[in-house]
Amino acid sequence: MALELIKGNVAVAEAAVRAGLVSYFGYPITPQTELLEYVSARMPELNRAFLQAESELGAINMVYGAACTGRRTMTSSSSPGVSLMQEGLSYISCTELPVVVVDVVRGGPGLGNIAPSQADYNQATRGGGHGEYHQIVLAPASVQEAIDLTTLAFDLAEKYRSVVMVLMDGSLGQMMEPAELPPFQPIKTEIPDWAVRGIPGRGKHVLTSINIDPPAQERTNIRLMTRWQEIEANEVRYKGYYLEDAEYLVVGYGTAGRISLSAVRAAREKGLKVGLLRPISLAPFPYEVVSDLAEQAKAFLVVEMNNGQMLEDVRLAVANRKPIAFYGRMGGTVPFADDVLQEIEDLASGQLGLEENPRDRWLAKMRVEFGTGA
Amino acid sequence: MLDTDVKVVYQRPRGFEERPTHYCPGCTHGVAHRLVAEVLEEMGELEHTIGVASVGCSVFAYNYFAFDFVEAPHGRAPAMATGIKRSLPDATVFTYQGDGDLASIGMGEIVAAASRGELITVIFINNANYGMTGGQMAPTTLPGQVTTSSPMGRDVERQGYPIRMVELLSSLDGAAYVVRRSLHDPKNIRMAKKAIRTAFEVQKQGVGFSMVELLSTCPTNWGMTPASARVWLAEHMVPYYPIGDFKVSSSIAYNKPKGGD
Repeated sequence: MALELIKGNVAVAEAAVRAGLVSYFGYPITPQTELLEYVSARMPELNRAFLQAESELGAINMVYGAACTGRRTMTSSSSPGVSLMQEGLSYISCTELPVVVVDVVRGGPGLGNIAPSQADYNQATRGGGHGEYHQIVLAPASVQEAIDLTTLAFDLAEKYRSVVMVLMDGSLGQMMEPAELPPFQPIKTEIPDWAVRGIPGRGKHVLTSINIDPPAQERTNIRLMTRWQEIEANEVRYKGYYLEDAEYLVVGYGTAGRISLSAVRAAREKGLKVGLLRPISLAPFPYEVVSDLAEQAKAFLVVEMNNGQMLEDVRLAVANRKPIAFYGRMGGTVPFADDVLQEIEDLASGQLGLEENPRDRWLAKMRVEFGTGA
Repeated sequence: MLDTDVKVVYQRPRGFEERPTHYCPGCTHGVAHRLVAEVLEEMGELEHTIGVASVGCSVFAYNYFAFDFVEAPHGRAPAMATGIKRSLPDATVFTYQGDGDLASIGMGEIVAAASRGELITVIFINNANYGMTGGQMAPTTLPGQVTTSSPMGRDVERQGYPIRMVELLSSLDGAAYVVRRSLHDPKNIRMAKKAIRTAFEVQKQGVGFSMVELLSTCPTNWGMTPASARVWLAEHMVPYYPIGDFKVSSSIAYNKPKGGD
């Protein structure tokens, strides 16, 4: 396989097709639409199911039905559309079905804009719908990683009978990079035992998310939580850069992590002992890795394209042992590597104390910058 | 042993589980369930069928039918059925939805499924109120009808007019067979069964979207005896929701076998 120049949204779509996707249901929304457009031609060409739904409500419930039949299915959308899908995601999670959702996040809240954002970290990692459940969240930082994680998403969804969300952002969806696509996987002919398929002589199968008897619901929730513990134990993924001797640690994921890497390299050139931790699985979050690094590091800098959402997970892991600074851009604004470098240099000056709230400190600076008063 | 030949003339259809339902005495859900089970058995489709239950009194329909079933979020049954049908084109797929589910919260999904000509069958129970939650006003509640959320009677100036779903969907090209029947007396029940059979045949032959609306009683929430509820249905619902065939694709007429059924 050779490298080819390919757009993020298209790369994810082709990766899903090659992972043995049997059906796709979606609704147009920027900056995700190329994914839907691509599969609208590709799936029928392979005699597989594609349907443009009437809404994201329709799309996620078509996926719900398709997942009940035990075949690989997915949808993709962007922030406002994924909000509409939360009802379905809660039902799917309770019914314990494998579903892959690609969320190409854009600026919000509200209709917001179509620029790249990470504002939906909380919605994705906390189980954005009602009730208590978890979903696996994978965050690529390049087109190649988006391809690889899409392939992985289908395997994890089936292994754990879980929703797996590939959490991208507008820039990853829209950018073109050289990447290598994986070979074609054959469509799985083995159908899981739990599937609803109308098979003569097998006896009746029912898939539902209702447990009208509260102890039955509690039993279901215990099973879901136990499975999540297993996922936490086995599916934490991250990438570390310059960690061995790092005294200062930057934590960022996806596009923010990639921009931070440029800043970390520039800081290294200036002689600063800085490392980068880039979480790939946002749920399960690499708490233990961050906790271990807190022993080694003097201070942390969390960089996100939001108001400090992963920041809370880092704070949980660091547990007030070391100072934490936060640098975030919101509303579809992307940080510059130079700005992150400036933050690293500020951090390395050693002025930051344990008592400061990283979000308050950051917001005060932002207000000054925007001239809205500190 | 009896000397005379014993012939079974009436028994539980094979498509039914042997368990009592949770439906109120006199409610016509049981009749509608039975008609669906009988038709699927007669067509030999029982083991090729996947039902989609909805939210409302029939949320537990899968407890009573003896074949594969899933349970959809409120109003989303046609979308879920679409996902199943597109994955398993050879299966017989139907939704079983009430009027709150189909005509209110699920309006988008049902219109889209019908316009796509989705090869699913919809059994639509219209009992003019939300049964499961205790008898609130539904889109199908008649003008002046008292419910727990229209305690002075449905005032059309403030609460709008009832929706005639069959008439509405019949304007869509994808809808192949869209009819209304009633379950208030034996004659109408027999007519309803024939319509349900036709609807499933339409799906099987790939003609298009099919839906049978069944005017139904809700004695508990209407505050009536089962017998008076049937009379009320005939006297008040049938005039507003006329029984009839509102969309029958010309290809259905063409395929109709000669020499009766």
